[in-house]
Amino acid sequence: MNGLALYWRYIGISVRSEMLYPASFLLRLGSQFVVTIIEFAGVYVLFERFKHVRGWGFAEVALFYATASIAFAIADGLSRGFDSMGPMLVKTGNFDRVLLRPRSSALQITGREFALSSVGRLARGAVALIVAIGLLKPDWSAAKMLLLSWSVAGGASLFFSLKMMEGVMSFWTTEGLEVANTLTYGGEAAAQYPLDIYAKWFRNFLLYFVPIGCSLYLPVALVLGHDTGAPAWLAVLAPATGFAFLGVALLFWRFGVGHYTSTGS
Amino acid sequence: MAQITVENLGKIYRVTARDPGLAGAFRGLFQRRHREVVALNQVSFSLEKGEFLGFIGPNGAGKSTTIKILSGILRPSSGRCTVSGLVPWEQRIAHVARIGVVFGQRTQLWWDLPVVESFELLRDIYRVDPVRFATTMERLVDMLKIAPILDTPLRQLSLGQRMRCEIAAALLHEPRVLFLDEPTIGLDAISKLALREFVKELNRNEGVTVLLTTHDMHDIEALARRVIIIGQGKVLRDSSFEAMRNEVLGERRLIVDFADDVGEVAVEGAEVRARDGRTVELTFDRAKTAAHTLIARVAAAHEVVDMRVEDPKIEEVIARFYAMHGAVEA
Repeated sequence: MNGLALYWRYIGISVRSEMLYPASFLLRLGSQFVVTIIEFAGVYVLFERFKHVRGWGFAEVALFYATASIAFAIADGLSRGFDSMGPMLVKTGNFDRVLLRPRSSALQITGREFALSSVGRLARGAVALIVAIGLLKPDWSAAKMLLLSWSVAGGASLFFSLKMMEGVMSFWTTEGLEVANTLTYGGEAAAQYPLDIYAKWFRNFLLYFVPIGCSLYLPVALVLGHDTGAPAWLAVLAPATGFAFLGVALLFWRFGVGHYTSTGS
Repeated sequence: MAQITVENLGKIYRVTARDPGLAGAFRGLFQRRHREVVALNQVSFSLEKGEFLGFIGPNGAGKSTTIKILSGILRPSSGRCTVSGLVPWEQRIAHVARIGVVFGQRTQLWWDLPVVESFELLRDIYRVDPVRFATTMERLVDMLKIAPILDTPLRQLSLGQRMRCEIAAALLHEPRVLFLDEPTIGLDAISKLALREFVKELNRNEGVTVLLTTHDMHDIEALARRVIIIGQGKVLRDSSFEAMRNEVLGERRLIVDFADDVGEVAVEGAEVRARDGRTVELTFDRAKTAAHTLIARVAAAHEVVDMRVEDPKIEEVIARFYAMHGAVEA
């Protein structure tokens, strides 16, 4: 059985055990959807009052909002296993079991838990996307659709990598690292708006250091026909940085696993 | 070539020392003090195919650390080791596909899943051929008598049932090397016997190399032909079980219930070890004095109600051995 098929087996188990408590699951799903949709409604209210921010209207911002939300929802659903691995696996020494199995340890952690509740976030992204498309009425070519999908893929890969790196940190701290959430949740929140509304240092941070903007700003701005100063070919290639970041995260993962010290028994 | 070679293995843990109390915890945020704990110190041994090695030592001696290094979980700080030609922590995936590991204190199965589903998942994880898997599983289920509990979720099983499932799970991919870390801990007498019998047959009939750690000396007595005693991270002793037994069991005891209050008891070839009222415990060296000679001497000199010859308990022997070698941690 190849890695992907095994991943689905793992996910099946996680989903089934989550479904053991259907009421709790549905409440979680519902509340996440409501909370996130209210957030999006807040954006609408803001633009209702101010109309434009730096030349961007509500419809355009909705597209940024949609791509960032969808990318993050995908990453969040896939990476939940890294969130709790500090206290659940590293601190208790249960990570032993992962290492005893002849499969990639990162794959096993990814398959440990699928956050079904991230479907709520995904729904918010979908709503924002529908709103954006409805308002913009774009003449969307296949190329533009493809570019948007590619942007979401790069963004998801980047958010996933950040979550994974957060997991690596727990080999030293043994606890979850709340501070890492500033990059993941904070990164999502930042990428829901076009980057050029931010101060220069912050924009540069999100383009060159934690390149969220490469996936979720440059290509989306290109789709909207907005000049960002970057050439079109660069904007098209930019989401590749999300996958390069995944490579870095995997190297860091291997390094972290080497520092795992288990526990006495 | 030996199946398992361990050369000068060393492992040092860095432990963060923290001052007590809230103030101490706060200070620890800014100023970390580390203490180095030597878990293994130049451990060397090798194991041939089909051997059965008992690994014993007090808590904190380094038994688990050794097993964890051998099974690819931990990286040693120094030294080398190979199992079937592979370096565990460098070629982890290839290595763990060929070994079986059972930790008595920790489950390898899925807590919420029925046992048989865990087994099937392991089949896919280890990429075992389905036909071959069916045969192996049938044999293991039969030998370990777990057929009636296969459909039960793991969390509903007793410890004894669970441990049998754990052993089966560790063998589904037919490993040639089996590491057992305290597999009998907490088990009742019947489960222990059944487990020992199974492991013994596995080693004898199928030639699986077994490394066993335990605190139960009866496990060792029943199973291990060779014993390594480890203490404070060092190998203190590596010999056959018989040799160890003879050395430490050289001393025997004669317990005598006297009919009357006797004063000083002096018997040639024996020493008084303890006395409790009219009961006196004598020790003697089996190589120098035969038990029947001693009994005759005692009976000739005193009025005796009862006499019995005992070997010191193996636990006691090991405890003394640990103390002698300073093996017990501070």
